[in-house]
Amino acid sequence: MKISLRWLNEFVALPCDLQSREALTGLAHDLTMAGVAVENVAGDGGDAVLETDITTNRVDAMNHYGIARECAAIYDLDLPALAPSLPAAQGAHDVAIEITDAAGCARYTARVIRNLTIQASSPEIQRRLQLLGHKSINSAADASNYTLLEMGHPTHAFDLDRLQGGKIVVRRARPGETLKTLDGIDRKLDPEDLVIADAAKPVAIAGVMGGFDSMITSATRNVLIESAWFDPVTVRRTSRRLGMHTDASHRFERGADWGTCPVACDRVAELLLTSGAGELCGSAIDSIARPIDRPTLRLPASEVLRILGLDIPRADIRRILTRLQFGFAQEGDTYVVTVPTWRLDVESNIDLIEEIARIYGYNRFPSTLPTFSGAVNPAPDANQAAKIRATLLALGYNEAISLTFISNADAAAFSRVAAAQVANPINEETPAMRTSLLPGILDMMAWNLNRGVSEARLFECGQIYSSAGPETSEQPAACLAQTWDALLASRDSSERISPADANAATIAFRRFKGDIETLLERFEHATLVYDAAVERAYYHPGRSARAVFNSVTVARFGELHPRLQEERKLKQPVYIAELDLAALYKVAPHQPHYGPISRYPAVERDFSFFFPAEITFQKIRNAAEALGIEHMRSFDLGEIYRGKNIPAGQYSALLRARFQSDQRTLLDDEVKDWSAKITTALQGLGGQQRV
Amino acid sequence: MYTVAKLHDYSAAALQQAADELLHALEEESLAVKGEAQLTLYRNRWLGRKSGILTQVNDEWLKAAPREAKREAGQRVNDLKSAVEARVEAVLAAPAGSATAALAATDRSATAPVDVTLPGSRRPLGAEHPVIRTMNEIVAVFAAMGYSTGSGPEIENDYYNFEALNFPPNHPARDTQDTFLMAGQESLPRRERRLLRTHTSPGQIRIMEKQKPPVRMVVPGKVHRHDTADASHSPMFHQVEGLAVDKNITFCDLKGTLEHAMKALFGSRVRTRFHPSFFPFTEPSADVQISCIICDGSGRRGNEPCRLCKQTGWVELLGCGMVHPAVYGFVDYDPAVVSGFAFGMGVERVALMKYGIDDIQVLFQGDVRFLQQFA
Repeated sequence: MKISLRWLNEFVALPCDLQSREALTGLAHDLTMAGVAVENVAGDGGDAVLETDITTNRVDAMNHYGIARECAAIYDLDLPALAPSLPAAQGAHDVAIEITDAAGCARYTARVIRNLTIQASSPEIQRRLQLLGHKSINSAADASNYTLLEMGHPTHAFDLDRLQGGKIVVRRARPGETLKTLDGIDRKLDPEDLVIADAAKPVAIAGVMGGFDSMITSATRNVLIESAWFDPVTVRRTSRRLGMHTDASHRFERGADWGTCPVACDRVAELLLTSGAGELCGSAIDSIARPIDRPTLRLPASEVLRILGLDIPRADIRRILTRLQFGFAQEGDTYVVTVPTWRLDVESNIDLIEEIARIYGYNRFPSTLPTFSGAVNPAPDANQAAKIRATLLALGYNEAISLTFISNADAAAFSRVAAAQVANPINEETPAMRTSLLPGILDMMAWNLNRGVSEARLFECGQIYSSAGPETSEQPAACLAQTWDALLASRDSSERISPADANAATIAFRRFKGDIETLLERFEHATLVYDAAVERAYYHPGRSARAVFNSVTVARFGELHPRLQEERKLKQPVYIAELDLAALYKVAPHQPHYGPISRYPAVERDFSFFFPAEITFQKIRNAAEALGIEHMRSFDLGEIYRGKNIPAGQYSALLRARFQSDQRTLLDDEVKDWSAKITTALQGLGGQQRV
Repeated sequence: MYTVAKLHDYSAAALQQAADELLHALEEESLAVKGEAQLTLYRNRWLGRKSGILTQVNDEWLKAAPREAKREAGQRVNDLKSAVEARVEAVLAAPAGSATAALAATDRSATAPVDVTLPGSRRPLGAEHPVIRTMNEIVAVFAAMGYSTGSGPEIENDYYNFEALNFPPNHPARDTQDTFLMAGQESLPRRERRLLRTHTSPGQIRIMEKQKPPVRMVVPGKVHRHDTADASHSPMFHQVEGLAVDKNITFCDLKGTLEHAMKALFGSRVRTRFHPSFFPFTEPSADVQISCIICDGSGRRGNEPCRLCKQTGWVELLGCGMVHPAVYGFVDYDPAVVSGFAFGMGVERVALMKYGIDDIQVLFQGDVRFLQQFA
């Protein structure tokens, strides 16, 4: 909303030199600090304009007189009432107003002017309209717009001769009715829409826009001026349904001033008569369907102190409320305040307290801290969430946040649940709420690869969503991704493993799995098993696994299926993991368990074998563990290798058993015996000992 | 004292281990050698022809080796021989405790120096996302002031996002929060219809429903608004909501709390100012500005106008106010007895300001080059 300072100054004598830039800045500051946010002061001198941003509740301040009222309160100034001056009326009008819908229209005031000449407005009116960003149209339209800018009440002028039966009926639209509005568009009306009709048909959409056929033109001679009060919800519903946001609807849907209808009507008449001759016909027509009563509030002085924490002097309170033109009296320790008709936002004591505080000045209140006793509780999952995050950061994954919207194709490709759909998506291609974090993280991997970042590690923790009919649900998930290059890189680039190496996939998978193991082992578990039952088509079937944690699948991970890698134009293989955080959050973080360290030396024995490709490490370890060797503490993989010097269909593995007792030093012979048993067991699997 | 053990295992690893143990003992004993007599003993123990350790090694490790391991064991034993001889000679030349020995020790530590100006080989460290990092900082500032942390769903319903926060149906105040609505909700009553929460404020209602006053809580989280993405807007962003309700909590307390929090977040030089605003769920409502953290409130950076505060010296940071009594009605609190305040701040805005980032979109691209700056 733009406010002309010269115009404003016609209502209140602003206590500053309007020629001074500094004074204008000060005025802007004072208004902002009182709740009329001034974003800019444009121009200077007589043409200075305040660009204000008025909050939606303060429709009363969206005009010059309203801002003048604010100034009167801020600077303690007199503000004369608006009183248009009209000539004596000629004869009588013969217009009937009928409000059939009191809920939609509480008041309808009208004036009739006959034998008018529609012409251009006076240069000053044109200048002001232009200064404030409005086009000058003709004397009738300009009078209405000028009144709107001046006092904030929307009005409309009809060509009286176009109103059939010389009659105004305020009613709901009938089924099937249409109206061509001022902008030339034919509108289909809904029986919920409030219309202004003549004897036969709608001539305006109440509070939104007038009709094309009853529009004022240069041929118009007789005019009916409308100044009414329409129900905010009714206007808003229609304006939204028709997508018509107008200056009028903006005011009405925020609550216009019921009390000012006749004043606005007279003001338009005054302006019209001044600029285009014509005769005022008959007295004002003022049809009241129902009064909009404003409450009288009883505000105890103690309540102001209880909420604000500062004992504002009573004289200040009186000054503030009376300057804002509230009715004010004091009964003992209670303020009795009558709310004016233009302040529909003020309904209860707390609203009065805000009025007092804002004009008194928020920055004049002291700063204190409330006393507090009690415990501080972190979020229920904070401990687990922090542990996961810290582990992933330490493992070198960068934390990312992706958008929550995905395509339905991605939702179908990466999940088995029904995606919750956004009714009004910004991008028609991504109307679904993510059912998986993978589409987002894969897009980010592609972003990096396309920009030459070939070693990328990312993770994201966030909600994923699903729906079942109208019901929706969401749960926390985490997702990791790492490029092939990042997996195969060593800390010294000289040692990078060539992707062509026959062992590269195994190395990459093991490194990635190691991250998953590190992460999951930070949680308490009775069992933690990895197997190949991934059952998700977007993973490489031979290079993916799942982790089953206390018999719940908590993670799936592995290489992205090469088909998807191609479809998503990823320049190299990408390893991905999905973690079910809802399941992990139910588990306690890993607790340290102390056990004494054996005082006796451990003995390690290595076993170097060739195995057929189908013998998994799990089988090998099971075979060794099945021997039940009491003092075998661990049986691990030292090294694995395929390729040069290894027979086709086989691989070589260096396995390491570790023996130790808590009670004694182990004997050479017994170690030798166990080693022999292990060797036999491994041979039983088809393994062939290397010499 | 070291003795030569028989070898059962002739794998490379086992040989290496045995050799390492021997060399370790050689070194240890050399340090204890003092005077002529001990020198002789030391020499005989290691190099004695009949039963010196080297001779034992030759017998126990090499001669006893199985045929297939002979070659490798032979190589090992030869290597050990030269190493032992070199060391014993060095001790004979400069017995421990002598000045020459000290020098020899120094010399040994100086052999094969590395170029210490070579760059270190690093373990990559992941970077915290600046938004999460900032959000955690905000939560920590309030935790230190007694605020617990709560949460709420990101897909909310109309009741919690609007109605219970005193946004009546069909009220223009709803327009200020352009809302993503979920599809397929027509069968539900209006207040149960799902939408993407437009603010973390529904957390206030969920907390107060569950807990009687006193309440002190922050709710960090993700929110959505129907804004087209550009340098300063994203349809998805993060907020931290705060709520304190008790007897005798006042507007002055709200001011003091936020002033303190702003200093904790942005440094003790930061000044705070409040001006009236409008939120349906608070009354009185305020917007809070802080003195510009780039230009320290001067409006200028050197000779240039400050871009962050557009030369005003102040930047808009958060919204707040005293909890509207109507809100208490929805959660069965008695507004005649309790009072309180609520505040909400956009995390991206704080993060962009703190780190001088001029485009919100870079936060959501996952660009490793960007993220690594926060490692």
